[in-house]
Amino acid sequence: MEKIQIITIGLSLLFLIFVVRLIITGKLREEYSIVWIISTTILVVFSFWRKGLDVVSHIMGIYSPPNLVFTVAIFMIFIYLLHLSLIVSKLQSQNKQMGQEFALLKQKLEKNKDE
Amino acid sequence: MKIAVIVPAYNEENAIASVVSDINNYAKSTALNITVIVVNDCSTDNTKNIIAKLKCVALNLPINLGIGGAVQTGYKYAYENNFDYAIQIDGDGQHPASEISKLLAAAVHEGFDVVIGSRFIAKEGFQSSAIRRFGIQYFKWLNRFLVNIIIHDCTSGYRLINRKALKIVKNYYPDEYPEPESIIVYSLNRLKIKEVPVIMKERQGGVSSIGTFSSFYYMLKVTLAILFTFLRIKFKKGN
Repeated sequence: MEKIQIITIGLSLLFLIFVVRLIITGKLREEYSIVWIISTTILVVFSFWRKGLDVVSHIMGIYSPPNLVFTVAIFMIFIYLLHLSLIVSKLQSQNKQMGQEFALLKQKLEKNKDE
Repeated sequence: MKIAVIVPAYNEENAIASVVSDINNYAKSTALNITVIVVNDCSTDNTKNIIAKLKCVALNLPINLGIGGAVQTGYKYAYENNFDYAIQIDGDGQHPASEISKLLAAAVHEGFDVVIGSRFIAKEGFQSSAIRRFGIQYFKWLNRFLVNIIIHDCTSGYRLINRKALKIVKNYYPDEYPEPESIIVYSLNRLKIKEVPVIMKERQGGVSSIGTFSSFYYMLKVTLAILFTFLRIKFKKGN
């Protein structure tokens, strides 16, 4: 095993442990952690299996293996960002409804107090 | 006939009191059953304390929702409390209450669901800036292209809707810059829309919700919103 392999294995495992800890302590919700768990698992697999990158690139017809890494990583980042925008939009609309209900209820409450 | 007059207010401490008393005086002189609903969109100035002392229903939003969210809060109140008509009047004093009669006449006697007070049909009163007029022309063209109705002043916030329209907007009303977009919503829901000429004044206080620098963003955002609203309603109905 080469030095760089040991470093990448160590780092990916550390990252995986960090993500798992975040879920256990309740700081990260499971549904948002899926993508992190999958990507760190892929990292761990490819750190052990050094030839893997070359094999997969060859199958997909990509000449330079690093290109595969960038393509896959950027694609996943875009998908995840879209997922986050979706969550923000949902939160915003829920927040709006809650604010409106709050204002209406407060008015009702104050009217009852006056009577 | 219960009429709600909804006044969205964001930092309108200078103008709001006169706007509300203008409407209340109008109600008194015409003996109409009008309730003023002021929606305070989480103002950072003294608006909240001022409206608490006025003769109106005060709805104080805990977070800033923007003009659309604020107006929708008023619409929800009007719907839940069984009002027959809801009229929107801007909180900055641009819309004189005396023009309510013109909107009301079109709804009550001619049976229109949505009545928009326009400053362009009859060229009277304050006519707004050149860039804004250009935007209004553009939206007029866009509305005509999509739903084939001609509204000369689709950015006008002076409008009346009846209960049929209230039922729609209590569930869906655009957040940001709602005026041009809501016309699409109304017409795709097959509501009858009419534009009547009204006289408007220059704003007495506050700043426009559309700044000079954000004009471009405004056009882009509203264009997108109009197109997507159009597609959404078209697809939902399956026609």
